[in-house]
Amino acid sequence: MTDLAVSEARAAHPAASERRDIGIKRRYAAERRFKLYGIVAIAIGLIFLVALLWSVFSKGYTAFFQTEIRVPITFDQSIVDPKNSGGKDTKALSMANYPRLVQNGIVALLGIDPSDRTAVRAANALVSQSVRGQLRDIVLGDITTIGKTQEVWLYAASEVDSAEKGQYDLSVEESRRPLKDQQLQWLQQLRDDDRLQQRFNWGFFTFGGSSRAETAGVGVAIVGSIYMMVIVLVLSLPIGVAASIYLEEFAPKNRLTDFIEVNINNLAAVPSIVYGLLGLAVFVNGFGLPRSAAVVGGLVLTLMTLPTIIIATRAALKAVPPSIRAAALGLGASKTQMVFHHVLPLAMPGILTGTIIGLAHALGETAPLLLIGMVAFVADYPSSPMAPSTALPVQIYMWANEAERAFVERTSGAIIVLLAFLALMNITAIILRRRFERRW
Amino acid sequence: MNQTIVPAASVLHPTAAFARPVKMRGEKVTVHYGAKQALFEVNLEIPERQVTALIGPSGCGKSTFLRCLNRMNDTIEGARVGGMITLDGEDIYDPTLDVVELRARVGMVFQKPNPFPKSIFDNVAYGPRIHGLARSKSDIEEIVVTSLRRAGLFEEVKDRLHEAGTGLSGGQQQRLCIARAIAVSPEVILMDEPCSALDPIATAKVEELIDELRQNYTIVIVTHSMQQAARVSQITAMFHLGNLVEVGPTEKMFQNPDDKRTQDYITGRFG
Repeated sequence: MTDLAVSEARAAHPAASERRDIGIKRRYAAERRFKLYGIVAIAIGLIFLVALLWSVFSKGYTAFFQTEIRVPITFDQSIVDPKNSGGKDTKALSMANYPRLVQNGIVALLGIDPSDRTAVRAANALVSQSVRGQLRDIVLGDITTIGKTQEVWLYAASEVDSAEKGQYDLSVEESRRPLKDQQLQWLQQLRDDDRLQQRFNWGFFTFGGSSRAETAGVGVAIVGSIYMMVIVLVLSLPIGVAASIYLEEFAPKNRLTDFIEVNINNLAAVPSIVYGLLGLAVFVNGFGLPRSAAVVGGLVLTLMTLPTIIIATRAALKAVPPSIRAAALGLGASKTQMVFHHVLPLAMPGILTGTIIGLAHALGETAPLLLIGMVAFVADYPSSPMAPSTALPVQIYMWANEAERAFVERTSGAIIVLLAFLALMNITAIILRRRFERRW
Repeated sequence: MNQTIVPAASVLHPTAAFARPVKMRGEKVTVHYGAKQALFEVNLEIPERQVTALIGPSGCGKSTFLRCLNRMNDTIEGARVGGMITLDGEDIYDPTLDVVELRARVGMVFQKPNPFPKSIFDNVAYGPRIHGLARSKSDIEEIVVTSLRRAGLFEEVKDRLHEAGTGLSGGQQQRLCIARAIAVSPEVILMDEPCSALDPIATAKVEELIDELRQNYTIVIVTHSMQQAARVSQITAMFHLGNLVEVGPTEKMFQNPDDKRTQDYITGRFG
C-alpha cells in the first residue's frame, strides 16, 4: 500500500484510529499502576524486615559484650589448699572457697574496711557469682599459682553489666534501683583505674543454660541444634528423595498414588505442635526413647521436614524436560539408569534447595520440641544425641520468659545467632544451586 | 496386545517387490491413546538398508507408528498397542523380549535436538558405556570418534570434545544426537522429523548424512517436508487419519500415486 492509500484509509475511518489510541493509553496506565502496586508491596515488605532486624540487632548486639572487672586475686594457700597438699588433692582444690578470694581481692582494691559487713557485701555484689569456676580453672590449670597474686578479669554481676550498657535508668531514686550510690561510686573508681571494661563475650557462645545472665550462653543449644540438624538431614534427605523418585518416576498413576499425594500435601500443612504430640506418643512413650534428647527432636523434625522435601523434590523432578528422558530411553537406558544418570543430576539443584529450606524451617521450629521435653534447663554439653539437650529456638523461648533485665539482650543475641545460621544455610542453598545448575 | 496374526496374502505390499529383505514388519498395528484410537490396522514393511519415509498431514499417526517400532509408546500413560511388529522376524512386543535390548537395536533421533547437558564426548559415549560395548578407555574413544565421523560432526568439534553438547548450534546438536544414536551400533534408526527445528543449510547436511547412513543402517524417517521425503527416501508411506493410505517406491509415489488422497497431499491440496 502506498503512503497515499494509507492516509486515505485513515481519513475514511477517523473514529477507529482514535479509539485505538485511547486503548493504548489505558493499557500503559494500567501497566504503570501495576508496577506501582508492586513497588508499594515490596516497600512494605522491606519496612517490616528492616524494623524486625533493627529491633533485634539494636537490642541484641550488646549480648556479644560483657562487662568485666580486673581484680588482683591473691591465691592464698590457707583458702585454696587448706590441708597444704601441695596441689595434689584436686578434690579439695575444686571445693575451695574461691568466692572468698574474690571478696578479699575486691575489698582490698576498693579500700573497704573488712569489718564493715554491709559494705563488703555491697562490694562483693559487683562481681558475678560465677567466679568460683573461673578461679578454680586457673588453679587447676597451673598449681604454681597458689600463693601468688594475679590480675584476673572477672565477670561483673548482671546488674553492673546492664548499668554499664545503659539499660537501667540510674537517675531514679536510690531505693528503686538495683545499684546503690555507693556501688556506682565504686564503679566510677574502677573505671578511672581502667579496671572496668566491656570485653567480647566468648562465653555467650560456649556457656549453656544458667540462672545467672552473665554465664548464660547459646553453646549448649547450638550443639543440640546441630545434633538435630544432622539427624534430620541424614534421615529426611534419603527417605524424601527415594519417596519422590518412586512416586514421580515409577509409581503407576492410580487412586492409591493420588491419595498418597494428597496426604503428603496435607502433611506439609499440619501444625508443628501436632508433630510434637506424635513424637511424644510414638518415640518417647512408644519406643521408650529418652525425653528431651536430641534424637527424639531430630526424629520429630524429620517427620515435619519430609513432606517439604518430597514436594520440592517432586517439583524438581517434574521440571526435568521430557526430551532428556526420551533421549536416555531411546538409547536403551533402563528406567533406573535414566533416573540416576540424567534426571536426578538435573533435579539436584532443586532438591538441595528444597532440602536446605526444609532444614532451615526445622532449625527454627520450637513448638514440637517443647512437647518432647527439650525445654529442660540444660547447663552441660550433651555428650551424645541421646543425652538431654536443648535447641536454639527453645533457648530463645526460655530466655524470653526470664524476668531479669540482662536476659532481654541475651534473647535478642540468641535470635541474632539463629538468624546467622539461617542466613548461612540459605547462602549455602544459593551457592549449591549455582554450582549444580546446568542449562539445556 | 500380542495376539498372533497369520499374515494373509493380501498383506503383501509393493515393497515386497524390492530386492531388499524386510527388516521390520508391522501387521495390523493398532494404537489407542486411552479411548482414542490413533492407528487403524496398519500393515507396513520396512526394507533393510533403505530409507523409508512416513508422510501425511499432522495427527495422521505417522509418529505414533514410528514410536511403536522401538516401543517408545510404552512410556506414554494409557497407550495400548495391538497387532504385531517384528524385527528380523521376532515379535518386539513379546513379553520375553527385553525393551532395553530392543532400543539398543532400534535407535531413535527426535524432533528437537536433545543432547544431554554433558560434554560432547560423554553424550556419544553414554550409550556404549551403559551397554558395555567398550572394554577400555581407548575403545570408548574409538567409538566416539568413529560415531562423530560418521555423523559428519567430527571435524567441527574435534578440538572441543569436552565442552558442553548443548553449546553447539541446532544443526550440530542434531548431528550429535545422530552420532549418539549410531554409537550403540543399532540396526535401525528411527528419525522423528529430525530437521523440523533446523535451518535449510543444517537440514541439507543432515539429509546428506541420512543418505550416507543408508549404506549401513535401516532408516525410518517421519517428515512433513515432501521435498525431503523425495530427496532422501527410497520408500514412501502415506498416512491419513490413522490409516496407511498407500506405500510404494518414492519415485512412483510422487509421480503416479494410486490414491487420490496421496495425490492431493503431495500436490499441497490439504495437509
